[in-house]
Amino acid sequence: MSLSLSRLFRRSTVFIFLLVLVVFFSLTTNRFLVGQNLTNILVQNSHVILTAVGMTLVMLSGGIDLSVGSVAALCGALSAGLVARNGLPAEIAIVLGLVAGFGLGLVNGGLVVYGKLPPFVATLSMLGVARGLTLAYTNSRPISNLGDAYNFWGRGDVLGVPMPLIVWVTVVVLMTYLLSQTRFGLYVYAIGGSEETARLASVPVNRVKMVTYGLSGTLAALAGVLLTARVYSAQPQAAVGLELQAITAAVLGGVSLFGGVGNIPTAVFGALLVGVLGNGMNHLRVASYPQQIIQGVVLVLAVAIDMATQRIGGHKSKRGSSS
Amino acid sequence: MNTTPLLHMSAISKSFPGVKALDRVDFTVQPGEIMALLGENGAGKSTLMRILDGVFTPDSGQIFWRGQPVQIRSPQDAKNLGISMIHQELALVPYLDVAKNIYLGREPAGLLPGTIDWTTLYEQAHQQLARLDLDVDPRTPVRDLPLAQQQMVEVAKALSLSAQLIVMDEPTSSLSNAEVAVLFRTMRALKEQGVSIVFISHRLNEIFAIADRVTVLRDGSLVGSEPLQGMTADALIRMMVGRELGETNQRPAGEDVQSQRQPILEVRNLSRAGILHDINFTLYEGEILGVAGLVGAGRTELAETIFSVHPPTQGDILLRGQKLRLRRPADAIRAGIALVTEDRKGQGLFLRMEVGANISVRILHQLARFGLIRWRDSQHLAQEYVDKLGVRTPSVRQKVRNLSGGNQQKVVIAKWLTLKPQVLILDEPTRGIDVGAKGEIHRLMRELASQGVGILMISSELPEVLGVSDRVLVMRGGRVVAEMNPRLATQDDIMRAATGAKTS
Ligand SMILES: Nc1ncnc2c1ncn2[C@@H]1O[C@H](COP(=O)(O)OP(=O)(O)OP(=O)(O)O)[C@@H](O)[C@H]1O
Ligand SMILES: [Mg+2]
Repeated sequence: MSLSLSRLFRRSTVFIFLLVLVVFFSLTTNRFLVGQNLTNILVQNSHVILTAVGMTLVMLSGGIDLSVGSVAALCGALSAGLVARNGLPAEIAIVLGLVAGFGLGLVNGGLVVYGKLPPFVATLSMLGVARGLTLAYTNSRPISNLGDAYNFWGRGDVLGVPMPLIVWVTVVVLMTYLLSQTRFGLYVYAIGGSEETARLASVPVNRVKMVTYGLSGTLAALAGVLLTARVYSAQPQAAVGLELQAITAAVLGGVSLFGGVGNIPTAVFGALLVGVLGNGMNHLRVASYPQQIIQGVVLVLAVAIDMATQRIGGHKSKRGSSS
Repeated sequence: MNTTPLLHMSAISKSFPGVKALDRVDFTVQPGEIMALLGENGAGKSTLMRILDGVFTPDSGQIFWRGQPVQIRSPQDAKNLGISMIHQELALVPYLDVAKNIYLGREPAGLLPGTIDWTTLYEQAHQQLARLDLDVDPRTPVRDLPLAQQQMVEVAKALSLSAQLIVMDEPTSSLSNAEVAVLFRTMRALKEQGVSIVFISHRLNEIFAIADRVTVLRDGSLVGSEPLQGMTADALIRMMVGRELGETNQRPAGEDVQSQRQPILEVRNLSRAGILHDINFTLYEGEILGVAGLVGAGRTELAETIFSVHPPTQGDILLRGQKLRLRRPADAIRAGIALVTEDRKGQGLFLRMEVGANISVRILHQLARFGLIRWRDSQHLAQEYVDKLGVRTPSVRQKVRNLSGGNQQKVVIAKWLTLKPQVLILDEPTRGIDVGAKGEIHRLMRELASQGVGILMISSELPEVLGVSDRVLVMRGGRVVAEMNPRLATQDDIMRAATGAKTS
């Protein structure tokens, strides 16, 4: 009985937190609980949601991707540059940006799977390299003049629904389907639960892991594009610290740091929680440094809860009722 | 014997750093035969089978399948040939449900490419479970099942492959008699259909009950392959250990422990809602108190409650007359209580660390000076326990994951012994441990008892309960239903009390 309680708690922590925050900010500020502001939250956090989805995939399979912020910046800048400097049509530039993100993700995956580097190390190096490449490509200056077709992805709407919202909802639906209905999704969970067992069952472990990193890179690139389009320019320092937000979101959403447990929809709520926290603090006029501190504290709290419920759950698993 | 054997492994050798695990071993299985594979812990049984499954590549040797030479480079190759394997260590993904575990890697395809036909998956899983009389919802996550049922899920997984040869590496070590009976029934049915089985077990009675022939390994070498007909247990043990085993019954004759000794652990009216009901008993200094009962009788729960893994809803636990207030296992350990659980894999061996560090990890603070661990002392200590328990390892510097299954278990027991507990609770202490080492562990228990330690031993093996204990409690449905004197009681008496059958 306590078992299902602890699980229920694990699953619903994020909703409880979210509710508490919403109530708190509604009471302490008068501009929070306004339709426009709520839409803003959904739009402004598109990049966090997209990277949190990618992060969830990687973490479920037992890895982690610290490079998402830098990859987002690099691919956003690349697509912007292709439009502004090379005059490519926005759609083609964006697709090329996504392909670049996929490629960078595969490099991460290759370092982990074939280079046998710990995911932490592999993606941390990518964090540095991709940021460096961004600075080089942009000459440390924003790239602007992206044109309406490009900016549409961050500012436009279809029948009044903002594009970023359409994009991330589509991605979330697709990825949730992928994870819950396909062989690939099952393998992601199996590898995160026990890589050795997955290998014995002849699951193509290496390929699956490569794909999770590739998808994480692609989604990071997509996040970078939306971010670029929303501010009409690619910033060399865009998305710094996005990895922290994405990991916080995933962990808040119940994705285990040890792999094998979690799902995308709750991770999305984790991302919204991160977004609400930021938005509310803005309304309360909290300066940006304290905001970062608070975000860090939230991550620690989320991890602590993860480990605590892990322990409770872990206990149960060994218990059994035999003899 | 002039049919082509189904499997012939010829002159297989395999070395690991510091260990010659297999030395030119021949192994043959005929179609429709149940072949037992026997040998002490670390003899090389699992290694031979892992080579067959493509997990290890042999250093030299050849494998013939139906007379044809074959290369088995991966578990997938083995599967393609028709070889299915139940590994000694459970190979299940804990968070996935039963059905997904059974069909992992072989999911029925759905309509769209890459998707899974969930309805068929669960239906087929249900059928596999029914075949084994397993009353388990295929949607239950595996981690929520008791160990015995997890093991049966492994069996279901192996059977679902419809293989020609099924290798079962110690499938029965965590099963109770009822489940073993079901497994044996299934094995006989498979044999009828012409399927061959390799069966590894340390329980000789099981081997006699089910197998046609036996192959014995000792120290990585083949001792011989013999039909079991006309073979005696003694002869088998001689083949296995290369000598006669002493009497394993270590109980000092005719002593009445209780009258002369102090109570060390008293359990009073202990209850846990729905699980344990009003349990009362006293464990005396220097006593080995056996606890018998069927699976589900509440024995493990009793041990865990005393060890304060779970709080009791009612009742007291007294240590040397003092009421204990325990909140968590760490408190129990501090009070001098140790519990070696039945699931030793889950009990926190640091598989990637050395044997020595694993053994001394519980008492590192005693081995430290100025905050620095004296590793040399830790290794001496570890060596002492390695010798005492006969852990087969090239050195205490070996990584635990490289030890054979039985030897890993000895390391867990050693780890708890270093605490020098006053009360030692052992849940199935000799599960998966070979006949010779079993005797060693019983001798060690007796030695500890003679130093005043009180030992509570849960065991499903009746000969062990009767042979080692000074006194026996029988549990059923969460209650202690009988107390017996093992000198007077028989296995039948215990079974009757455990099942609740009328005494005739
Ligand atoms: N990966 C490995 N690295 C190093 N040594 C190993 C490895 N696997 C097995 N060994 C060694 O090979 C020997 C044979 O081990 P194996 O697991 O085959 O024994 P076993 O007969 O199955 O024993 P048990 O009854 O305890 O399961 C042991 O000495 C073990 O320590
Ligand atoms: Mg073995």
